[in-house]
Amino acid sequence: MTDDALQRVKFYQTGTQTVGNRLMDADSRTVQASTDRSNAITSGHRACQGCGEALGARYALDAAMRAAGGQLVAVNATGCLEVFTTPYPETSWQIPWLHSVFGNAPAVATGVAAGMRMRGKTDVRVVAQGGDGGTTDIGFGCLSGMFERNDDVLYICYDNEAYMNTGVQRSSATPPAARTATTPAVGDAPGNVFGTGKNMPRIAMAHNIPYVATASVADLHDLEAKVTRAMGIGGARYIHVFVPCPLGWGSASHDTIRIARLAVECGLFPLFEAVHGEVVAVTKIRRQVPVEDYLRPQKRFAHLFREGHEDRMRVEAIQLMADANIRRYGLVDAEDAK
Amino acid sequence: MLKQIEGSQGIAEAVALCRPQVVCAYPITPQTHIVEGVGVMVKTGALTNCEFINVESEFAAMSVAIGASAAGARAYTATASQGLLFMAEAVYNAAGLGLPIVMTVGNRAIGAPINIWNDHSDSMALKDAGWIQLYAETNQEAADLHILAFRIAEELSCPVMVCVDGFILTHAFERIDVPTQEQVDMFLPPFDPVQMLDVDNPYSIGAMVGPEAFTEVRYLGHQKQVDALEVIPRLTAEFQQVFGRAAGGLVRPYRVEGAETVIVALGSVNGTIKDVVDAERDAGNSIGCVTIGAFRPFPLMELGDLLAGAKRVICVEKSLAPGLGGMVASNVRMAMRGTATPVYTVIAGLGGRPITRASLTTVFRAAAIGGLDDVTFLDLNRDAIAGQIARASRHRHSGPIAENLLKALNPGLVRRVSQEGAKP
Repeated sequence: MTDDALQRVKFYQTGTQTVGNRLMDADSRTVQASTDRSNAITSGHRACQGCGEALGARYALDAAMRAAGGQLVAVNATGCLEVFTTPYPETSWQIPWLHSVFGNAPAVATGVAAGMRMRGKTDVRVVAQGGDGGTTDIGFGCLSGMFERNDDVLYICYDNEAYMNTGVQRSSATPPAARTATTPAVGDAPGNVFGTGKNMPRIAMAHNIPYVATASVADLHDLEAKVTRAMGIGGARYIHVFVPCPLGWGSASHDTIRIARLAVECGLFPLFEAVHGEVVAVTKIRRQVPVEDYLRPQKRFAHLFREGHEDRMRVEAIQLMADANIRRYGLVDAEDAK
Repeated sequence: MLKQIEGSQGIAEAVALCRPQVVCAYPITPQTHIVEGVGVMVKTGALTNCEFINVESEFAAMSVAIGASAAGARAYTATASQGLLFMAEAVYNAAGLGLPIVMTVGNRAIGAPINIWNDHSDSMALKDAGWIQLYAETNQEAADLHILAFRIAEELSCPVMVCVDGFILTHAFERIDVPTQEQVDMFLPPFDPVQMLDVDNPYSIGAMVGPEAFTEVRYLGHQKQVDALEVIPRLTAEFQQVFGRAAGGLVRPYRVEGAETVIVALGSVNGTIKDVVDAERDAGNSIGCVTIGAFRPFPLMELGDLLAGAKRVICVEKSLAPGLGGMVASNVRMAMRGTATPVYTVIAGLGGRPITRASLTTVFRAAAIGGLDDVTFLDLNRDAIAGQIARASRHRHSGPIAENLLKALNPGLVRRVSQEGAKP
């Protein structure tokens, strides 16, 4: 987001890192600030307290609804979002919504888009969504196919870095050292293995699709802006949203936004946009923090910080990953660098 | 219009006449010519208002069809063998969601060992996925069944699988009477879905259902199949009125009047069986046969009535339930419950092995004198099996079974290759 940034001057609320609405003109305020928002997912669903995915999905879909003029269909992979929003008859979905199986949401969305076109409903847009497991693992083949064909689908991945719905098992989005039920924090190399996993946004970019972005619940205004931008484009689009999971990460439910922000500010989760495979905009880190600040509040990394047995080597290895992101995306301006 | 065309082309033209709106294609032998045929018609403009989508797997093919059907579009795909198993999760899902997708299965064996030729292992593996299963006997019927399939599927909101013997039908050039667009339009009205993703009337499709209602959802899926027992004959009769020829139906008897031995089979092998029946009748033997046109729903009553007078029933089956024997016979026994009539299984044609009149005649005559086992493997090479069993009992590390069998069947070839391999 450079020249056409939604909010070139950011208005931070006093004493916080939260971007405020109140000083902005009405048109620039978040979709959620409007009483006319669609409430695509209504309250009363069964997400855990502090669920990043519920927050991210609400902002993303209401923004998509506004951009599509209410002509929106959502396709959902199996996972937390599907389960906590739906058990009949208490569905939270106020928009047409379809769930098939775990690994096929991108292909189902392709079919919905084609079906709508063939029925002359060319104004109806399709969003597909899933967690990191449904996206980077079991749904990877269908997602790659949807990208490659440049099907008219916006796919949103809500990344909480493990299979939370089944009880916190490792996915290919689980970061190194993180404890999950299948990467226990025991033995000589506790937690998830270093040197594994895949970078889905970059894989999406390698398909040369019109639009790829990363976003975070730490900056919901930015998330809405990226969804809005994506909805203004045809073809295959991908947004990868960072959504902390208090249950799976062992973090306090009131810390979801704070932890998401620390992930951005330490450099582990860079925020950027890419058009046809080229990065065109990055969100600079406003106040860089060491990865330790991000890791410490999460029990999944607690084994790195045991009293008297701090695992400096692994913390340093994670810091190197953050530093590599900062270099790769230019997240810190030279004059700001420490 | 009469045409001398490949079975697959006949199916493609019949499907196109049904005005599908989304067709997904993923190549697998022997169904490829069908979707290729539809694809050409979309590309040339012969078939309009249809998207032809080249997907990355059979799992995606069924998934795209699910999305399209839920969006209210008429959706079609075709597959075979490994492809049907690869999409199995989505196949069940389509039925659970009640989406009237039509899919051709070009019947082919399942590996290992990998084998591209015909048998019914693939569709039999998915027989209880909640789909209606129709089996084609000829290429004319293969084409006609697709027109019936869309009508049945959409009337019941239940997906229909049209099973067509791979190569034997899909690749055979025969005379096919391809109906006119007017005829098909008269028989098959536009798709009017009972459920649809609609922004003006939004609801959730495919949400979680707990123990409080899951059994009822499944019961209603079963009820659709029971209803199909009435719908299929009715639409079959209507089809005959519109198109002037019979196609489909639950069961089709052939010379069963007073027959002591009745053969039951699915698909193209019925042609051979009817030839054997004719010859045996000429020889004074009391024999007839019944073609099962719909395996799901299974026509229990209709079959039971047709087989009531038989002294013995022989199911010629192109699939094997290892550890049991025959799936068709298991179902036929259900149709004959309460009777003492023996029901034999003859496993035949696995992996494309020819089913000859001579071999069938031998087993049918053996049955007539009480000389048939419950489960018989037609033309089984007992020497080859004995050799492998002996080899396996001699050597713990006897190696892969399939390769051992092929070596034993081709001793000359093995010697020649090893001698050539020994040359410097």
